[in-house]
Amino acid sequence: MTPVLDVRGLAFAYPDGHQALFGVDLHVHAGERVALLGPNGAGKTTLVLHLNGILSGETGHGEGSVTVSGLPVTKKNLLEIRRRVGIVFQDPDDQLFMGSVRADVAFGPANLGLRGPELDQRVMAALEQVGMADDADRPPHHLSFGQRRRVAIATVLAMEPEILVLDEPSSNLDPASRRELADILRSLDITVLMVTHDLPYALELCPRSVVLSQGRVVADAATYDVLTDEALMRAHRLELPWGFDPRSIPVDSLPG
Amino acid sequence: MGAGHGHRLHFHGHSVVHRAPAHLKILGLLGFALVVVATPREWYPVFGGYLLVLLGVLALARVPLGYVLPRMVIEVPFLLFAALIPFVAEGPRVALSMPGGWELTVSESGLVAAWGLAVKGTLGVLASLTLAATTEPADVLQGLQRLRFPDLLVQIMSFMIRYLDVVTADLGRMITAMRSRGVDPRSPRHWPALARTLGALFVRSYERGERVHLAMLSRGYDGRLPEQAR
Repeated sequence: MTPVLDVRGLAFAYPDGHQALFGVDLHVHAGERVALLGPNGAGKTTLVLHLNGILSGETGHGEGSVTVSGLPVTKKNLLEIRRRVGIVFQDPDDQLFMGSVRADVAFGPANLGLRGPELDQRVMAALEQVGMADDADRPPHHLSFGQRRRVAIATVLAMEPEILVLDEPSSNLDPASRRELADILRSLDITVLMVTHDLPYALELCPRSVVLSQGRVVADAATYDVLTDEALMRAHRLELPWGFDPRSIPVDSLPG
Repeated sequence: MGAGHGHRLHFHGHSVVHRAPAHLKILGLLGFALVVVATPREWYPVFGGYLLVLLGVLALARVPLGYVLPRMVIEVPFLLFAALIPFVAEGPRVALSMPGGWELTVSESGLVAAWGLAVKGTLGVLASLTLAATTEPADVLQGLQRLRFPDLLVQIMSFMIRYLDVVTADLGRMITAMRSRGVDPRSPRHWPALARTLGALFVRSYERGERVHLAMLSRGYDGRLPEQAR
């Protein structure tokens, strides 16, 4: 089966010479939810920006390849790649730039050429999925932070991507919003790659975790096994929150 | 987030004026401003007529004068400038008797020029505020788009409206953080620190602009905003 995401030997150095990735291999198959873990400065954001061609060997010095459902990420394929890979950035204020929630969610599909009732339907379906349909006509900056994060996810869902890439989805959310977002993510029938420092969240949502450290993949295993491997965790500056022990969680409440 | 809610110029309502198509209102404002500017300033009664027209529109829109007048302070620097003209202009002088029993001699042509500036400026500002009070910013932009206003300028204006609150909130947080460390923004001694804050704000906003652009590219932006889905 063709993986949804197939990253092979990806290396990248920024134009200023800083080498961020040293040969990363990553495969994500359809329907999987994978957490991408790693300390600050591990190269997670650099990797994410390669997934839809914002960064590539063409913008810096890179090697290797990224393929999305069999389609290589190249300049020629960019529009289709950006439809297939939906990236939700960390700060919703960066992602919501139109005057109303509706216009913002419509931005992506309209760029894909959708118009009229088909576009409306796409927009409302995406807002339904994140429970924000009632707020379609409000300006984004009047929403709460949690609501903005959900709308940011809807803007990407409206493009019907094959993989949803979330950058720190739980950051700055209060516990209730964080749980609501987890419920939403579980309800979506879509492949997810989630970049996060929130290890309990990774354990709750993602059966599999990939650990990136200093531009290399250093672990790719079940999230439970990663979080309970103390030597690995210590070696790569990963720490569980105080008082949290994955072993105390009943096995049948773990995902997948 | 500390962003203020709503745009401070818009007065919510459902009157005929509020519901009129935005592009007609923009054309109306433009036409009105051109006529006011073209009117010779010696036709004193005509300006009274213009004022009545504006007041009539405001009454029709049910926007209270108490809402519009405080917002006209934006015009004050301009009025100060107009008030200076009679003192610095050349030509025959006239004497004005002042309440204290003394006389003030000012330039006659300067006085007329000042009157012209002040009255035309005031009418223009009042008319613009009327448009702003009865039309949502997003509708103004759509109106401009319908009038074939260059697309790039409409985009820039729409981003300005969207991010004004975000940038203001950024600045607010930075100033709060400075105050917490003992800076008083009103004291000239601390103005250098304030200036550096503004510099930092510029850099932050610039970087945010880059991140927004990335987010737009990620959703297939090709240099043109699609027709807003409304």
